[in-house]
Amino acid sequence: MDVILLQILNGLDKGSAYALIALGLTLIFGTLGVVNFAHGALFMIGAFCAVTLQKFLSLSHTVIDESQTDFLGNPLKVEMRYIEDWFGPEIGGGIVEWSVPLSVLFAIPVMVAVGVAMERGLIKHFYHRPHADQILVTFGLAIVLQEIIKYFFGANPIPTPAPAALAGSIDLGVMIGFEVNEIVYPLWRMVYFAFAAVIIGAVFAFLQFTTFGMVVRAGMADRETVGLLGINIDRRFTIMFGIAAAVAGLAGVMYTPINPPNYHMGMDFLVLSFVVVVVGGMGSLPGAVLAGFLLGILESFASTTWATTTIPGINQVIIYLVAIVVLLTRPRGLMGRKGVMED
Amino acid sequence: MSKSNFTRRGVLKTSAIAGAGVALPTIFTASSAAAYTNEPTGSTVTLGFNVPQTGPYADEGNDELLAQQLAVEHLNGEGDGGCLNTFTSKALKGNGILGKKVEYVTGDTQTKSDAARASAKSMIEKDGAIMINGGSSSGVAVAVQGLCQEAGIIFMAGLTHSNDTTGKDRKANGFRHFFNAYMSAAALAPVLAKEFGEDRRAYHLTADYTWGWTQEESIKAATEAMGWETVNAVKTPLAATDFSSYIAPVLNSGADVLVLNHYGGNMVNSLTNAVQFGLLDKMANGKDFKIVVPLYSELMAAGAGENIKGVLGSMNYNWQLDNEGSKAFVKSFGEKYGKPPSNSAQTCYAQVLLYADACERAGTFNPCGVGEALEGFEFDGLGNGPTLYRAADHQCFKDVLVVRGAQNPTNQYDTLEIVEVTPTDQVMYAPDHPMFGGKEASLGKCNPGA
Repeated sequence: MDVILLQILNGLDKGSAYALIALGLTLIFGTLGVVNFAHGALFMIGAFCAVTLQKFLSLSHTVIDESQTDFLGNPLKVEMRYIEDWFGPEIGGGIVEWSVPLSVLFAIPVMVAVGVAMERGLIKHFYHRPHADQILVTFGLAIVLQEIIKYFFGANPIPTPAPAALAGSIDLGVMIGFEVNEIVYPLWRMVYFAFAAVIIGAVFAFLQFTTFGMVVRAGMADRETVGLLGINIDRRFTIMFGIAAAVAGLAGVMYTPINPPNYHMGMDFLVLSFVVVVVGGMGSLPGAVLAGFLLGILESFASTTWATTTIPGINQVIIYLVAIVVLLTRPRGLMGRKGVMED
Repeated sequence: MSKSNFTRRGVLKTSAIAGAGVALPTIFTASSAAAYTNEPTGSTVTLGFNVPQTGPYADEGNDELLAQQLAVEHLNGEGDGGCLNTFTSKALKGNGILGKKVEYVTGDTQTKSDAARASAKSMIEKDGAIMINGGSSSGVAVAVQGLCQEAGIIFMAGLTHSNDTTGKDRKANGFRHFFNAYMSAAALAPVLAKEFGEDRRAYHLTADYTWGWTQEESIKAATEAMGWETVNAVKTPLAATDFSSYIAPVLNSGADVLVLNHYGGNMVNSLTNAVQFGLLDKMANGKDFKIVVPLYSELMAAGAGENIKGVLGSMNYNWQLDNEGSKAFVKSFGEKYGKPPSNSAQTCYAQVLLYADACERAGTFNPCGVGEALEGFEFDGLGNGPTLYRAADHQCFKDVLVVRGAQNPTNQYDTLEIVEVTPTDQVMYAPDHPMFGGKEASLGKCNPGA
């Protein structure tokens, strides 16, 4: 029982990242009809927003400490952070420690700007081109973006820890009547799940309850008619691209304490996220979220010792097996709409 | 009026015969003139440095490249000479190798076997590289070693830790300075017993490829021999990034030690995930829960950040080693590049110098002569202390370092502290040891190529 609960928790956590990325992918596909293979790169850029802010807050000047020596035997150069000079070690150190949550505020405008620039600068030229062209250009863009990040930040992962108050783990099992150490789960992963739920809820609320969202949904259903009503749907769709980029970016920011970010982390998620979109149904936002969590949970169960000893390698193929079964039995995906990518 | 007897056909025939006659000596002597592949004929000799320049190990590859470039400088008599001043063999004079100025070309392994073979092949065939040096992966090392054996080129391996490189996949043209999984386990086990006790239950997570398998086999055997019990050993995909599904069941498995047979990005993420799950703060079986990382590297320690604090592992070399060779190398590398060298950098530097020295002592670049000079060679002064290049399997034997993640680092390079320098005798094994291919493992015959 404890194993099942643990893997459900793990699945929800993995599913949070899949769902957030797939949600952005679906938003872009549903509004602009573009298959965006650079979406994983947006997740990665979001993560590097957190790295950038951490580095910025850690800007320092060197002070020579004669009492210590460096690896060459010279007096040690100690790095002193400006922020600690200005606000004192406690407040300054606290600000640096909370750099990941603070990065959320930094990442939103950056990611919207990156998304809008990407759409206006490159992707709009490929609206009327075949999907194969869109895939090629966006995949190429993803490689360019990750090489740019590598140039500035190197290839090695960069530690970006969670604040001490949100690091560590809690014994959930004890709270619900299990023995000590039976269900222990990291606090930050629960924060990530809650954060993902809030973002997903906010996106749905924005689309459902605002006039802007209503126009976008109308445009997704029938772009031409909305255009004929005198509404500049292109501009709204551009903004939606920016919002989708921000969703992916925020998913990346909050992921950094889970695994130290590196320049190719976007590619690790890209293919999985496309499978999530296909399983959920192309163009279906609830489908993307549902499939994200579903596949996350399935992947977690497939990684248990019992599963891998029963069917070796199942942990590596489970998502693709599910995709095959879904495509054979429900070609439109779990919640796919009729007519999407069927012309 | 005289009439010419020349016809177009006649001229062509005569030219062809004359051309063939002129070329005849070259055709028959071309292969026999070169006694071995890429025999240097001019005033220079070209070395091939095959390291990951792109991909996840690019930073480690860059460190290797910096060390190799430094070695070339020292061989050519530039810079401060580095370990040429401390190396016990005095064959190198700082005038290149056998009087030829040393040049180098580089290849990008991308940490992929096929890409590494392609880049090594290109350096051998197009650039005339006389040897191949470097790399960061056992899969890559085994693949490139096989290529060099076929091509008649000496392969000086970089960071490769699988037992197979000088075990079942050993080759006459291949040489490894770096230590291996067996040695890590043999060095770590007594320290683990001393620090954690002999009554421990271990849970292994293992990267599912050649290095992970031999690492798990070695550390399991060494820890079980001293009384530890293995609760479970789970293979994790090399491409895995999130290890939460594998780590979540550990605490409730009856284990009180987690052994992470992971390297690189796998290690950074699995260790980070394990610390997130609070393993290091927990008690199991009435004891403090512990994590062990059998193979450490400085770059990966930096990537894991604070998570490595107190975690035990092993290394081939660390810049904090206090011997003359190490001090000379750290000074030379540190003054040129502003940072201490990593253990992969040190092994690549040492390999270049060892190759060059072997050429000098053999008096030839012929790989068979160089191989003979390296076989059974005993030396000191390159940073690791007294070392033997064993003839039977082309594996170097030297002290192994047991290290721990620093509790209170004073600077960004102070990530690991040396716990123990395990003497060579303790990590020695027979060349036909079952973990190294047994009696069937053979170097084969040296191939000079050409």
